[in-house]
Amino acid sequence: MSAVPMTQELRGGRRLRDRFGDRLLLIVTSAAGLGAVVLIGFIAYKVIRGAHLALSTFGLPFVWHTAWDTNKNVFGAAPGLYGTAVTSLIALLIATPLALGIALFLSELAPRSLRLVVGSLVETLAAIPSVVLGLWGILVLGPFLADHVEPWLHNSFGFLPIFSGTPQSSGIFVAGVILAIMVVPIVASVCRELFLSVPPELEEGALALGATRWEMVRGVVLSSSRPGIGAAVILGLGRALGEAIAVTQVIGAGWFIRSSLFAPGDTLASRIAGQYQGAVSKLQIASLFYLAAILLVIGLLTNLLAQIVVKRFAFQRTGGS
Amino acid sequence: MSQGVTMPPMRPVDVAVRQETESQTHETVFDIQGLQAGYGSNVAIKGVDLEIYRNVITAVIGPSGCGKSTFIRCLNRMNDEVPSFRHEGTILYHGVDLYGDGVEPVEVRRRIGMVFQKANPFPKTIYDNVAWAPRVLGLKKDLDERVEKALQSAALWDEVKDRLKRSALSLSGGQQQRLCIARAIAIEPEVLLLDEPASALDPIATQRIEELMQSLKQDYTIVIVTHNMQQAARVADRTAFFSIDSDEDGRYGVLVEYDETPKIFTAPSDRRTEDYVTGRFG
Ligand SMILES: Nc1ncnc2c1ncn2[C@@H]1O[C@H](COP(=O)(O)OP(=O)(O)O)[C@@H](O)[C@H]1O
Ligand SMILES: [Mg+2]
Repeated sequence: MSAVPMTQELRGGRRLRDRFGDRLLLIVTSAAGLGAVVLIGFIAYKVIRGAHLALSTFGLPFVWHTAWDTNKNVFGAAPGLYGTAVTSLIALLIATPLALGIALFLSELAPRSLRLVVGSLVETLAAIPSVVLGLWGILVLGPFLADHVEPWLHNSFGFLPIFSGTPQSSGIFVAGVILAIMVVPIVASVCRELFLSVPPELEEGALALGATRWEMVRGVVLSSSRPGIGAAVILGLGRALGEAIAVTQVIGAGWFIRSSLFAPGDTLASRIAGQYQGAVSKLQIASLFYLAAILLVIGLLTNLLAQIVVKRFAFQRTGGS
Repeated sequence: MSQGVTMPPMRPVDVAVRQETESQTHETVFDIQGLQAGYGSNVAIKGVDLEIYRNVITAVIGPSGCGKSTFIRCLNRMNDEVPSFRHEGTILYHGVDLYGDGVEPVEVRRRIGMVFQKANPFPKTIYDNVAWAPRVLGLKKDLDERVEKALQSAALWDEVKDRLKRSALSLSGGQQQRLCIARAIAIEPEVLLLDEPASALDPIATQRIEELMQSLKQDYTIVIVTHNMQQAARVADRTAFFSIDSDEDGRYGVLVEYDETPKIFTAPSDRRTEDYVTGRFG
């Protein structure tokens, strides 16, 4: 029975090769994964070290304090948090319906010839450098909103505090609209992929029941993509939260909380971008790092949220209840 | 036919002793004249003339690719969804030209329901699958009863009544297909078109669908496409046999013979039908 050692030898050889391939794969993937973790850890460490002075001076109350006084050397994050939240909210409120409309148009309604053109136009929007978009915001969008949109909002909804202020060409509202323009391509392209992935059999099933195209879209396409849409919106939120340059250009750099959306403001990111170069004290720099740390935490949480939503989405599509 | 809702157990194929159906006396639902249909420059079916009768089960059989699906999808204008689709000839539905001016495909499909080869329940609950179309069409009164009735007619109620809020995707393939039938009949169409509804199911689930069709016949006019001849012989009152023909237009499906099912299976008048039903042609 010479076959026995032969096969053993063969098996041994195979196992060796497998082990080598497996090990290589393991090394490469874990190096990449570890690299990402190390990088995040390194950045977080640097940020927190940079913020150390502000952390020890102000502690956690920094988060809800509103002052930013370079003479008295007191700093707080609240106006930036407020500005970040409100500009991102405005951006999502404007961008979500717009992006859904574009995605539906591109995936369900537009004739094939139009799909390509409009689709690449939308994607080009994402390619505009944000500093260019910010310039356009200063020169075109801000004045336009201040002359046409804000007065209309003021006249129609002026009884609401948020629209009660005087129109201005730079401020929270303009920043929100700029962010919306940046968020639309992301949300639209993710949603288009989502809608295209809805099985055609489902769409046929709805149409065969006498549903109109819109009823089919609402009942089948939108409803079965709902969690995915949620994830896409969170992805857009991540973009809006962290965008600095364009926001700095149009937000007006005001470190206060005003009820009027037309008033100037600042976001965490825009304050960091706007003040880092000209910071006058160590404590101010440390406070800017503190803002960065807060932004980092918010960013990581947003990402986590998106992942949870996507997991739930995958679960639903595979037949869980 | 005066068949009760509860079916006797399935009979073996004994078409010869089956009583003559009374389809001659039945009202015509579809009157199809000179139908030609295709996609782009390809012709899929050509020169189809036939009448489909009320409360009768009509089977459409024939080899794969002979245009059975194309044919049945003309009957509820499902083909309108295919951009390259085109057709000639007329399909009269109770005397009205289905493709005439002012006829809305949406209205056509509301009256002529369809069940597809692959069960396609929505990723919603069992209840919402059935309730969706009634809601969309504004039939919201007594929705619970409507859902129950549809599920009962589709012989699914007893299996799902305790888990109506569970996802429809948790059902077995056969149950999903019956759910799709329930979904279709929840809006009380007049006609049910079934395109190979059992081809992806095991024999037991298939048998249940076939029994179900017998019980639905009282209330609906049924057209079923099947490539399973035994199935046609078991369930259909009338059978249309399509085959592939070819000329300068390319290869396309033609209606070879259309008659009472027993006649098609025991005494076909066309050689091609005989070859097909006796298995000499696949
Ligand atoms: N959506 C479509 N686009 C183009 N050609 C199609 C389409 N559906 C069917 N066909 C063609 O039409 C012919 C008939 O197909 P089909 O009606 O599906 O036959 P069957 O259901 O009998 O198998 C085939 O040649 C097929 O390739
Ligand atoms: Mg087919």
